[in-house]
Amino acid sequence: MQKVTRDILVNKAKELLANGTVDRVYGWKKGEFAYDVTPALFKSEKELDEFVFGDFCGANVSKYLVAESKKAGGKILVFLKPCDTYSLNQLTTEHRVDREKIYAVGIPCEGMLTGSALKDKVDSVLSVETEGDTVKVETLYDGVKTFPASDLLPDRCRNCKSKKHVTYDELIGEDGEVLDSGRFDEVEKLEKMTPDERFAFWQGELSRCIRCNACRDVCPACTCEKCVFDNPKSGLENKAAADSFEEKMFHIIRAFHVAGRCTDCGECSRVCPQHIPLHLLNRKFIKDMNTFYGEYQAGEVVGNRPPVVNYTKEDIEPSEAVKRGE
Amino acid sequence: MSVTNEEYRPLIVAFCCNWCSYAGADLAGNNRLAYPADVKIIRVPCSCRVNPAFILRAFQRGADGVIICGCHPGDCHYTSGNYYTRRRMALLFSMLDYLGIEKERTRVEWVSAAEGAKFAATMNDFCKTVAALGENKRLEDLRCKK
Repeated sequence: MQKVTRDILVNKAKELLANGTVDRVYGWKKGEFAYDVTPALFKSEKELDEFVFGDFCGANVSKYLVAESKKAGGKILVFLKPCDTYSLNQLTTEHRVDREKIYAVGIPCEGMLTGSALKDKVDSVLSVETEGDTVKVETLYDGVKTFPASDLLPDRCRNCKSKKHVTYDELIGEDGEVLDSGRFDEVEKLEKMTPDERFAFWQGELSRCIRCNACRDVCPACTCEKCVFDNPKSGLENKAAADSFEEKMFHIIRAFHVAGRCTDCGECSRVCPQHIPLHLLNRKFIKDMNTFYGEYQAGEVVGNRPPVVNYTKEDIEPSEAVKRGE
Repeated sequence: MSVTNEEYRPLIVAFCCNWCSYAGADLAGNNRLAYPADVKIIRVPCSCRVNPAFILRAFQRGADGVIICGCHPGDCHYTSGNYYTRRRMALLFSMLDYLGIEKERTRVEWVSAAEGAKFAATMNDFCKTVAALGENKRLEDLRCKK
């Protein structure tokens, strides 16, 4: 499925390590299972033997650069898919990463499959291979099974917002275009429901939350060193035994804290072990900001000012804002 | 649980900006304008001091409605605070509506220090709206229930 192969990336990494442009590489290595690939740092040519690249490398490594770019040493080589470049730009805007210390190589992306979608379909996966648009899965008990790749694509890839790299030092392959995707379709569908239906929908989704905080930990916009959710006095730091309120408060606050800075990379939904469509909360904020305050894409340009830290004298009144969609 | 014949009274939390709305509430008092005692006023230095978490926390602790009162746009004591409030609350209220929470439970009103009558009228109206909705069931926290 992916147009670039592991070898192209490893050769590029070796070349840049050898000529001294960079002294470490952020990429992916094999995880516990065939479908779970984890971000990893490689410090030498030898370590690059463990470098992997494939259709499950969906992890956005730009957040790892926040900590890594603060460390001493030379530049860091990082391979970024188009949607990851938005996150890097946003982090540069917020002065969370030192862009000077990063050597970003843009790589094309054909959509990244998710392990969670695969696990929903089959058990005991031994190995996964993609040939063209077919995914071949070898399982322990059911033999070999095949699926169309589109079945394993997450919402963020089915409704990809952009194939264009907004920041890079070097590009492998050709740059794409910003796409006109249907990424707000699901949000619109929810908006058309009655409040009772919406409440039932979100109650069903959010009550599955186990408060593992994975959505916060993975989010490239969540880079506060002290997080409100870690405060033991907040009443929010862990899962409440009683249902209803606590998870709603957590998810509203989480989405609100990244409103205007969320680039819609969809990592929150990818890592959610309970398959909660968390990106629908973020997209609601993005959609609202687009309708109320004009089109805005976080991370598109370094230095852009998000709508929530800006204002005009003619802004919409809150009472008018909730009337929309009626 | 005991059964009582008491009339249901909503609990309203009003965040009032120190410079306009809080003085507006004072004026309402001085002018002997009545508004329900169900309104609990919390004074804040500026309406933009109100963190969205405050509103959610008020609901968690049993509020049935939350109203934020600030200076009229353009009149902020700190020049631009209420413009930020306006954006934040527009987004927050829209999100609460998206989650299926009754949108009548939240409101933003601009009340100046000279508008005692408007303050009383706003609170009367808001109390009536929230009382008609009844108890806040959708954002309640069972741990905080008495």
